[in-house]
Amino acid sequence: MHREDFPFLKTGLIYFDNGATSLKPKVVLDSMQEYYEKYCANIHRGDYGISYRASEIYEETREVCKNFIGASSKEEIIFTSGATQSLNQIIFGFFKKYLKKGDEVLITKAEHASLLLPFLILEKEIGIHLVYVPLSKDYTLHYESVLQAVTAKTKVVAISGISNVVGDRRPLHEIGMLCKEKGLIFLVDGAQSVPHEKTNVVEDHIDFLAFSGHKMLGPTGIGVLYGRKELLEKMEPLQYGGDMNQSFSSSGEVSIKSVPFRFEAGTPPIAEVIGLKSAIQYLMKIGMENIQSHEANLKKYLVEQLKKYPQIEVYNANVNGGNVIFNIRDVFSQDAAIYLDHFGICTRAGTHCAKALKEELPVQNTVRISFYFYNTKEEVDKLLQALSKSDTLYDVIL
Amino acid sequence: MDQEFKRELILENYQHPFHRGLKGEEDGYLVKNTNNESCIDNLDISLKIEKGRIIDATFDGEACAISTSATSILLRKLVGLSIEEAKELVENYEKMIEEEDYDQEKMGELLAYQDIYLQPNRKTCALLPANAVSEIMKQLKKQ
Repeated sequence: MHREDFPFLKTGLIYFDNGATSLKPKVVLDSMQEYYEKYCANIHRGDYGISYRASEIYEETREVCKNFIGASSKEEIIFTSGATQSLNQIIFGFFKKYLKKGDEVLITKAEHASLLLPFLILEKEIGIHLVYVPLSKDYTLHYESVLQAVTAKTKVVAISGISNVVGDRRPLHEIGMLCKEKGLIFLVDGAQSVPHEKTNVVEDHIDFLAFSGHKMLGPTGIGVLYGRKELLEKMEPLQYGGDMNQSFSSSGEVSIKSVPFRFEAGTPPIAEVIGLKSAIQYLMKIGMENIQSHEANLKKYLVEQLKKYPQIEVYNANVNGGNVIFNIRDVFSQDAAIYLDHFGICTRAGTHCAKALKEELPVQNTVRISFYFYNTKEEVDKLLQALSKSDTLYDVIL
Repeated sequence: MDQEFKRELILENYQHPFHRGLKGEEDGYLVKNTNNESCIDNLDISLKIEKGRIIDATFDGEACAISTSATSILLRKLVGLSIEEAKELVENYEKMIEEEDYDQEKMGELLAYQDIYLQPNRKTCALLPANAVSEIMKQLKKQ
């Protein structure tokens, strides 16, 4: 779908590493170029027209993000450098004060480093207890397992909306309802889900959400932290500086701005915020439901075809999502990815930043195909063609 | 060394590597982990040194065909060498990979990697075992 909008696709490369980052449509690139060429000014200051224009578009982006994820107000949208910064800000700016020794955080071993690692550090720092909700036989997370893991000490459920390796779409609505009923805080790492499915933080009772612009057609260096207003009021900034303070004096009196501005110290990535706005508007035009079903169809097709290849082992065949993880039998995943690169097919090999998941999967490293809506059945056929000749792999890569 | 022979050598050492199965400190070996920060190769390499000479070498871990085979070939060559000879060999090998002047005579089967610079992203794979061996040598110097 919409391949003509992506200048990158003219290279002829087949890009199957959308879990790592996505391609950018021309409208996104143009909007950023326009900012630099026509109204390149800092925001929230300056008594001149172009600064006013830049500020306006910057703040409009908050509104666009709010509508995109179904938040209640645009004050609940904070711009960060990406999902990693969002999660660190939430975990060290909010949970570090909110949680006490012995409190339990429900999490899984399939989580990305950017969610699991800050919590592991917090576990060491303040003595909270990370409880790993068991994954099912197909490495996915089921609602019932979360329900069974809740104890009187549970305070938080922290999971990704879609896991970045196995690619399962988590039952966010059911888990959100559970959190609401039990008074738990629900933190969702949306880095892989927000770009690929419809998100609604209010309907799903999500208290905190983090996502990155670059995985959803936007530029690198921009992300979003969503938090319920009441919780953001209790969160502390991790960075102090210009544009986040109201006033200060040498005697140590410091007064900070209101939410969300107190969390955006220094000159923000203005061009990137503008790019993110174009990206989200573009995605909304296509429709998240269409994106999701296109990817699911591609996955279904690839998995079905791979059944004819006895040398290929797929680890998440029946998982509902847009990721396929596999290995060519007896071939190290990196060698497989290098082989596919010889055919102009970009894939990712390794643990995909979810290093604790290797404790669950039968293999440490896999090749990951992660689709986006611009991928096609023809591209999948080219992948299949390359895989059909995999007995020549070492002749190709050595 | 022609391309076909190089490929066979790499493949043979990847599929049937020399002394795979790590012997550790409890057996008197010096052990070093080596991993490629930009990818997923991860190997442990161990050397047994007696009277200034490497008398055995083992390794284990998960790595690509280039890393694994280079480890196999390098370790096989190291066994029997004095510390000084081993250092020289590793340095010479590193120079070859980095496209500097090196002594071709001393490389033997390691010549299989002489063209690896043509695929710059594979250089770190070929250098993986050399890094670990160099680290062990440094450790020795300190003792």
